[in-house]
Amino acid sequence: MALPPSQPPPASQGEAFFPSPAKRGRGQGWGQVLLRRDPLPLAALMAPAAVVFGAFFLLPMARLFVIGGSGAEGWAAYASILLNPRHLQSLVSTVLLSAGVTAVTLAVSTVTGLFLVRHRFPGRSVLVAMLTFPLAFPGVVIGFMVIMLAGRQGLIGDVTQALTGSKLVFAYSMAGLFLGYVYFSIPRVILTVMASAEKLDPSHEEAARSLGARPWQVVAHVILPALKPAFLSAGAICFATAMGAFGTAFTLATRIDVLPMTIYTEFTLQANIATAAALSFVLGAVTWAALATARSFAGSSVAAAG
Amino acid sequence: MTHRRGPAFWAQLTFTLLVCALLVVPVVLSMLAGVTVNYFVGIKSGLTLKWVDEVWRLYAETIGLSMQIAFACLACTLLLGVPAAYVLARKQGAVARAIEELLVMPVAVPGLATALALIVTYGGFGDFRRSWLFILAGHVLFTLPFMVRSVLAVLHSIDFATLEEGAASLGAGFIQRFVHVVLPNCLSGILAGSLMVLTLSMGEFNLTWLLHTPLTKTLPVGLADSYASMRLEIGSAYTLVFFVMIVPSLILLQILAGRGRPRSEQ
Amino acid sequence: MSGSFHLDAVPVRLRRCAKTFHGGVRALEPLDLDIRGGETVVFLGPSGCGKTTTLRILAGLERPDEGGRVFYGEDDVTALPIERRNVGMVFQSYALFPNMSVAENVAYGLRVRGVPKAERRERAEEMLAMMHIADLAGRRIDQLSGGQRQRVALARALVVRPRVLLLDEPLTALDAKLRDSLRLEIDRLLRALGITAIYVTHDQAEAMALGDRIVVMSKGRVAQVGTPREIYHRPADAFVADFIGTMNRLPAVAQDGRLLLGRGELPWSGPQGRIEVLVRPEDVALTASGGHVDARIAATVFLGDRTRVVAETADGLTLTVDAPGRTDLARGDAVSLGFDPARLLTLPE
Repeated sequence: MALPPSQPPPASQGEAFFPSPAKRGRGQGWGQVLLRRDPLPLAALMAPAAVVFGAFFLLPMARLFVIGGSGAEGWAAYASILLNPRHLQSLVSTVLLSAGVTAVTLAVSTVTGLFLVRHRFPGRSVLVAMLTFPLAFPGVVIGFMVIMLAGRQGLIGDVTQALTGSKLVFAYSMAGLFLGYVYFSIPRVILTVMASAEKLDPSHEEAARSLGARPWQVVAHVILPALKPAFLSAGAICFATAMGAFGTAFTLATRIDVLPMTIYTEFTLQANIATAAALSFVLGAVTWAALATARSFAGSSVAAAG
Repeated sequence: MTHRRGPAFWAQLTFTLLVCALLVVPVVLSMLAGVTVNYFVGIKSGLTLKWVDEVWRLYAETIGLSMQIAFACLACTLLLGVPAAYVLARKQGAVARAIEELLVMPVAVPGLATALALIVTYGGFGDFRRSWLFILAGHVLFTLPFMVRSVLAVLHSIDFATLEEGAASLGAGFIQRFVHVVLPNCLSGILAGSLMVLTLSMGEFNLTWLLHTPLTKTLPVGLADSYASMRLEIGSAYTLVFFVMIVPSLILLQILAGRGRPRSEQ
Repeated sequence: MSGSFHLDAVPVRLRRCAKTFHGGVRALEPLDLDIRGGETVVFLGPSGCGKTTTLRILAGLERPDEGGRVFYGEDDVTALPIERRNVGMVFQSYALFPNMSVAENVAYGLRVRGVPKAERRERAEEMLAMMHIADLAGRRIDQLSGGQRQRVALARALVVRPRVLLLDEPLTALDAKLRDSLRLEIDRLLRALGITAIYVTHDQAEAMALGDRIVVMSKGRVAQVGTPREIYHRPADAFVADFIGTMNRLPAVAQDGRLLLGRGELPWSGPQGRIEVLVRPEDVALTASGGHVDARIAATVFLGDRTRVVAETADGLTLTVDAPGRTDLARGDAVSLGFDPARLLTLPE
């Protein structure tokens, strides 16, 4: 069995036997004997998850990949996402939508998150609770929330009707989807921003102020750069979720041209399983790659998205 | 960090309140709509529970099935995920990192893709395809990473290696160490993971929409159905039922997160 | 602190114990060591010297490289993991279980040994009383102060009547005052129990106070084994001389029964030629005149009980000298340094 590279003896004691082991958590102090021991019990503990995961994810994913190449077009199906104008169009609009959602969500959440971390006032905890409450809403419910706001009987429609005489309804379009994804992403991104802003060393900010930096300079030169890893990881999750989400679009309108809807249409209406398989495999690879890239840049683990 | 409350403070507060309103107003609207006689007319048409009643009549089965799947899913993720997290915490090599990366993939990969993969692989096994277990398989895949990550986070934060060495120095063997020391000390992670699993399974739609059959409709599937084909009040009442079901675990999650924070600051 | 509690004095032997970590890093060169029953041996050295590795090999948390052997009395325990060696171990971070109360922590070793509940409660209480923390029995670990945790950790390690007690920097996490008082207490406890104890520290004051013998380690090797006095007054090599206390190292020339120290001169019967002599600050006499070497004061540090003086001779030698606390000297004052040839050391080549 290969010994893991990152096995520092108690680092708190400073006994640096290893050049510079990549520290993960605080699993240090782990004796090699204890570690090398019990390979069997450890394997037994891992086995159930490995079997289930292999049978219900790895194997099906491999099968999906093969089926993607088994249609009329053969393996060329994998290129169709770029060559087929309809698919390419849908890919482009999905990417643009996701990028826009990510940018807007990051901006909104950073302002709110920083504000909530840097100020204490009565009612603050209630605000935090309300802002993070929709964290676990499923996409369909998010879609419905958009309808409540911007649908035919929505609030925005009523307000615009009263103010201008014409009813603004945009729920059942790309704009509605945009609003939905922003709604969905805000709680998670706020949580990430707040968590890492709370961990910032206040002495950095104090140092900047002692050097004469004004409040906006402190934010621009000290705080935002320090939050970069949080932006990267939160942004990646936001992007990946927007790329792959299905429920919101499904609730709003089947005609919205985003990749998940295209896949769904290929699969159900046109029974074009090979194309659907190829497209969804590519979509999966793209979102996974976005997360993996962000994680390798951010250093820390990019938490899983819902 | 206290700052003078200049115009910047009030501007940011206003912005934050607006964002808050964006998130909360539709929730309140939909809850109201669920108990309003006629939402088009407005609240003045009166309050009623008849839509909730109607939802119960039409969709009670979906609610029961969703609960059943959520708790079965919790049992599966506990049995699979907690031991796996422990192994991943103890092993720090490239293989362990790769396994962790793999385990998290069903969250990164869109549910649609996972569902298609399950269908093309197991769709031919008719009995399995038609049973609720087919949906359960998808939910377990999707929620497992949350359990694993949640337990791993606690394990990484508590120097369990030294605790285990302490137990070993007192004579405890592998199983005793796991049961007496490891499990009790990652309870908070197990609890947080469990709540997350329940909530997510209860609301899972991306996978479920493709995995379900007319006889295995879950709550979110029913929701989508009601949004598409029922009047707004029924969709709203149904959403209200859904909120009532997930709110307890969401609140518990927030309490848990709030309790975890001051302690870690010590 | 001990009452009637007394433990067996088991001798411990290490034979050819080396440790090579992953990647070929040698943490410990082959080591032979005999620890007598009931003896307290302190492993002392800077970070990375191999002292903790040695302790972990003794404990059974690490296994020595092929060929190394660990004996407890006549038993070869090399192949036994720590849980089957019947040791008591106090960890630097104490490793108290946060999910158990103080009493449950102390009783845990008895629990895994299958001791009936009533008996283990009784024995745990007895041990807590011995450590003067009986009133903490029901507390949670996070309600304890550092010093209290230390006592719980000791009680937990001792209640199983271990063959050997292993302590890994047990006082490092405490503040200086508490460290001093607990050091005295641990010293008394170890004497009273009569147990074989192995103690790792990087703090020489702790080592001096506690050790029957000290094993000074450096870069994976044993530099010297000896009583605290031997280590201090007869350092085996330059590393030990520099690491323990403060030592002046001066170049000198010895010839014809004289030792030339810069412009000073004194009688000498040690090795001849160009040599290096070592002298402790307290072994140099500081007078206004009439010593062997003239010097000027470069700096003084008032330490309360004494004044530490840095003196520079006309030849550019710098010496650290201890003078009584009330000495009133200022920078630039002229002084004379006197040496006793009997207190000048030389290192073996």
